[in-house]
Amino acid sequence: MGEYFHSVTLDEAKCKGCTNCIKRCPTEAIRVRHGKARIINERCIDCGECIRICPYHAKKAITDDLSVIDSFKYKIAIPAPTIYGQFKPEYSRNRILNTFCSIGFDDVYEVARAAEYVSDATRKLLSEDGAKKPLISSACPAVVRLIQVRFPNLIDNLIKLESPMEVAAKMAKKKTAEKKKIDPSDIGVFFITPCAAKATSVKAPYESKQSSVDGVISIKSIYLKLLAKIDRTDESRQLAQAGFEGIRWANSGGEGLAVETDSFLAVDGIHNVISILEAVENDKIESVDFIEALACTGGCLGGPLAVENVYVAKTRIKKHVEASKAVQKGSRLPLEPYDESIVWTEEIAYKPVLKLDSDIEKAMKKLETLERINKDLPGLDCGACGAPSCRALAEDIVRGNAYETDCIFKLRERVRDLAAQMKELEEKSPPTMG
Amino acid sequence: MNLHYEIPSDDLAHAGEASSSVKKMLVQLGIDPVRIKKAAVSMYEAEINAVIHGGGGSAEVTIDSDKIVIRIIDNGPGIADLELAMQEGYTTASDDIREMGFGAGMGLPNMKRYADELDIQTRPDKGTIVTIVVYFHQ
Ligand SMILES: Nc1ncnc2c1ncn2[C@@H]1O[C@H](COP(=O)(O)OP(=O)(O)OP(=O)(O)O)[C@@H](O)[C@H]1O
Ligand code: SF4
Ligand SMILES: [Mg+2]
Repeated sequence: MGEYFHSVTLDEAKCKGCTNCIKRCPTEAIRVRHGKARIINERCIDCGECIRICPYHAKKAITDDLSVIDSFKYKIAIPAPTIYGQFKPEYSRNRILNTFCSIGFDDVYEVARAAEYVSDATRKLLSEDGAKKPLISSACPAVVRLIQVRFPNLIDNLIKLESPMEVAAKMAKKKTAEKKKIDPSDIGVFFITPCAAKATSVKAPYESKQSSVDGVISIKSIYLKLLAKIDRTDESRQLAQAGFEGIRWANSGGEGLAVETDSFLAVDGIHNVISILEAVENDKIESVDFIEALACTGGCLGGPLAVENVYVAKTRIKKHVEASKAVQKGSRLPLEPYDESIVWTEEIAYKPVLKLDSDIEKAMKKLETLERINKDLPGLDCGACGAPSCRALAEDIVRGNAYETDCIFKLRERVRDLAAQMKELEEKSPPTMG
Repeated sequence: MNLHYEIPSDDLAHAGEASSSVKKMLVQLGIDPVRIKKAAVSMYEAEINAVIHGGGGSAEVTIDSDKIVIRIIDNGPGIADLELAMQEGYTTASDDIREMGFGAGMGLPNMKRYADELDIQTRPDKGTIVTIVVYFHQ
């Protein structure tokens, strides 16, 4: 997969060329051109804001069809903790998980369980000397990519541990290969996701050369199949392994609570995340050790590929958390020894996508022109030109991707000037006609 | 290139707009992010001081290929004891201001920390001129 693969894409046929998405995009990555939205690939962070805002459902996330699982002999589902919030509370976690075996999977491993291993590793990192505080969670890939394009000074604050999804995939494969004596290449591991950004992370990972996940299936796409089978599923197999700490990761604040520091900050919703990261970058956040930042409002429960309303789902997750807490008598489930490293094997670098030119003198010239053009634009940020703001149009013009007359006010001015010129010409008559 | 910004008086809702605009430009110029932070934070502190303590004023910014020079000018009361004001934690901010999250007495010390060169000219009842220089290369 290329560096700029994105799960979030446009369905041309459905796009009406309205300008709802261009204003909402946190990285100004969308323009409307020739009546259709265009996503600027190198700027997109896959946060899914445009999927949520589009009234015509023209933005979609590319995920795999359930049929991907057919190319493997042994099929393991690894559902995100968000899954528990999608069903009525009378269904137990174990029943929900067993239902995956009713729709074609051989086994299920909870990402929530892997999250407990990631929390454990995070707690260790936090207690180490020399950690660059505040440490920022890398669990949300949209936030990692946001930092990569907009907050390069915070790259060092990122916790470079694999996500619970990756850890779950590795653990599930290893365990199954050992226990069932199956060739690892015959085992397929499939992430059941509320998240477009995670789908991108599997196809084009930043933390390693290759993801351990073999396919990404959206909750939306299999929800009805699960619902049809859930009542008739035999739930005798004990598939629920995770404790309340892992389950709680679905909720915003869940990861923060699990790392056990007195001073963590949890923020959700991409625009709120940006405000907090700006404050961190400007040294305006004091005595916070750990930041949990999730791109979706409400955390992963609010992911663009989830089905249930985020607030309803929240209440349900709480019930599952309380139930597990009671069973565990409030204490943490012990972790089995796991000797593989979960530290990233690749580094991420700043992507200066806003740079106007690699030559500073040329960039300076372009910036001067940009400012001059911007001053001349009406400053209404109306979006009719297809850019999110007047300044963004000015930027597009100096990059050679737009014209001043894309602004309807500028166009009208030009038409008026032309009309005046024509009138003037019309009034002149040839000398012979005097 | 030369830039000019008006700095409003006592308007904390819009305070910081000049420095965030300058920051945006430095990003578009492709300046090293560490240098951008030095310039943006020190300018922000000076700008906020002009709003809160200096009764508003203006910012004159010159950017060229190797450095940025930022001058924040106000016509306020001036800084009575500059040496004292430079100390961490020293502030004359009112309770109201402190409630809004300012007034930790860290602005001037932060400017000193982040600016490559810092010059402060201040005269009682005449005003204050803060000049900050940040170089883009070592
Ligand atoms: N432009 C100015 N005009 C008049 N007095 C000033 C000016 N700038 C700073 N001072 C004085 O110096 C003191 C210290 O300034 P400094 O920026 O370090 O802290 P602060 O503004 O009080 O708090 P903080 O910057 O942490 O919000 C101020 O409280 C004020 O008395
Ligand atoms: S908050 Fe969760 S669902 Fe939303 S982008 Fe981040 S990881 Fe994905
Ligand atoms: Mg100050």
